[in-house]
Amino acid sequence: MPVDEPVIVAQGLTKRFGKLVAVDHLDLSVRRAEVYGFLGPNGSGKSTTIRMLCGLLDPTSGDIEVLGHKLPQEAETVKRSIGYMTQKFSLYEDLSVTENLEFLAAVHGLSGAKARQRLDEMYQRYHLGDLRKQLAGTMSGGQKQRLALAGAVLHEPELLLLDEPTSAVDPQSRRDFWDALFDLAEAGTTLLVSTHYMDEAERCHRLAILDRGRLVANGSPQELMANLPGSTLRVDCAAPRGVQQALTGEAHVLGVAQIGSSLRVLTDRRDDSGDWLRERVRAIDANAHIEHVASNLEDVFVAATRKPTQAAENAA
Amino acid sequence: MKLGRLFAVVRKELIQLGRDRLTFAMIVGIPTLQLLLFGFAINLDVRNLPAAVLDQANTAHSRELVAELASTQVLDFRHTVVAPQEIEDLMRRGEISAAVVIPTDFEARLAHPDRSAWQVVVDGSDQSVQAAARQLGAFPLDSLDYGTNANRPGARPVANVEIVNFYNPERRAPVNTVPGLIGVILTMTMVIFTAMAIVRERERGNMEMLIATPLSPLELTIGKVLPYVAIGLVQVTLILILGLFVFDVPVRGSLLGVYLASLAYICATLALGVFISTLAKSQFQAMQMAFFTFLPQILLSGFMFPFDGMPKFAQWLAEIFPLTHFLRLIRGIMLREAQIGEMWQELAALGAFVVVMLGIAVRRFRKTLD
Repeated sequence: MPVDEPVIVAQGLTKRFGKLVAVDHLDLSVRRAEVYGFLGPNGSGKSTTIRMLCGLLDPTSGDIEVLGHKLPQEAETVKRSIGYMTQKFSLYEDLSVTENLEFLAAVHGLSGAKARQRLDEMYQRYHLGDLRKQLAGTMSGGQKQRLALAGAVLHEPELLLLDEPTSAVDPQSRRDFWDALFDLAEAGTTLLVSTHYMDEAERCHRLAILDRGRLVANGSPQELMANLPGSTLRVDCAAPRGVQQALTGEAHVLGVAQIGSSLRVLTDRRDDSGDWLRERVRAIDANAHIEHVASNLEDVFVAATRKPTQAAENAA
Repeated sequence: MKLGRLFAVVRKELIQLGRDRLTFAMIVGIPTLQLLLFGFAINLDVRNLPAAVLDQANTAHSRELVAELASTQVLDFRHTVVAPQEIEDLMRRGEISAAVVIPTDFEARLAHPDRSAWQVVVDGSDQSVQAAARQLGAFPLDSLDYGTNANRPGARPVANVEIVNFYNPERRAPVNTVPGLIGVILTMTMVIFTAMAIVRERERGNMEMLIATPLSPLELTIGKVLPYVAIGLVQVTLILILGLFVFDVPVRGSLLGVYLASLAYICATLALGVFISTLAKSQFQAMQMAFFTFLPQILLSGFMFPFDGMPKFAQWLAEIFPLTHFLRLIRGIMLREAQIGEMWQELAALGAFVVVMLGIAVRRFRKTLD
């Protein structure tokens, strides 16, 4: 496959469970050796999309091509070259680290010297050497996560799909884990990671923001922040709670978040000077100070996932 | 299907089984407990009923009759009384369950085949005692040259029928129960073990990870089920050994036949277990469904009640159950020295059951993974 050809292409991808539309006409394109992020609240269709992309679920409609193979028709071929790390730890808790990895090696058709060599690599790379005999069920969240990653990359997949891989681990483990992901990407593996952590999303090469099954924004984090259709203003005032209440529901205000003693206000106008806001706020607190600040990915996320509600309000 | 992947599953399953002490204990514990429990408790022949005798005739014949009855060991004559009133008192106090009354005109009555010569008085409050003691009335007293019958209202005089009991001359219940218990115990353990083992994989989330690998559902299922075939055969061996040493139940037919029949039945139970696993969403549901299939099999297969005595509809229903066919096979081989080839219809019925169950299960696989 040519290097510049996308590893995942999905068009009009849709999944319905009865009346619920979990994924709604999603278009997606993931390039080789990039870390592609899926950012979205719970129930936004991240897991369902990932499951369709690795052949676990059949889409209701739409086309998927993974590594040049059509899904779900060629699912069995695709399964040999992908790794999937589930949201919940899904290796066997009553097997040891070695037994789990040996089982997976055999399932992937690795045997003899090749299997031993890969196992040794995994022990070393993911610091599992001292844990070989330990039962997976007795390990910490971070250790389990490393074992799960080792299990998912044991057969050297071209594409690795990770469903909220860091939801059960501490910050240090999360940082180490992301270093491991970038090592894999540098070695040529394509990674698709779903998350609801902004800092993780910000580290992706590119990302897609999902909301209620729809793709509401995509691009590199920098692009997304630069193209934010709104402005972020910081309000320093004596009574932030009162101001926040006054601003909630206000037209043009997409979101208000308190950070310490100040408020971050996201408006739906690009290059908003904040003059109108100054008037509103000074009516409550005469000493309030308002200034324009740089937008971050959270603002992008809030703006992107608020759109349908606002559209509904406008329509009403 | 690749053997490497299949063996990977078998190996994994064996390691897990070795660590799962509860299941391991159940493999040995259930057959042992069940066998001892059923073997001792389901005792269809009532023995040593406390009884009294009122011999008002006191002739050579009457004494012979009492001695004959005592030798059957059904009645244990603890009291010899002289007045009918005493019998009533003893029975009311619960000291006796039965009494034999021989009237003064015993000899004269013997000459008239249409008159009752003697009487068995039974404590009717216990059904099994009642049934057992009533049979006594028809008991063939070969050495006495006369017909006997129980004194029941409206009963016809019973001719002196000679009952010859084939295969179980001592009329010991375990001889009938133990072969049947092989079937019952396999039904209980095999269906539950397999259904739960497969559902557990789904419930704990392992299935989600496995589906993204080249492992096929068929490889996973067969790999998971194979160890249980071996476990089933171990259980059969355990029951045969306990049956022989504790209850003195012999294997009269060929041992190979017993194992072949058991193997066929194990396959049937595993197929049922696999089928249940495609329906159940949790291990608890799997357990419930297994019990749901278990009860009618026990009741209708002929293990509990005689097959021929059941209504026609129940008999048709019972023909569907694998246990019905296995019971015929195993009783035939163990007790009647039947060759397994002579009972090919029963084997064919089990085979058909396996094919149908697995057929449905395989069709359902894709859906359950979705």
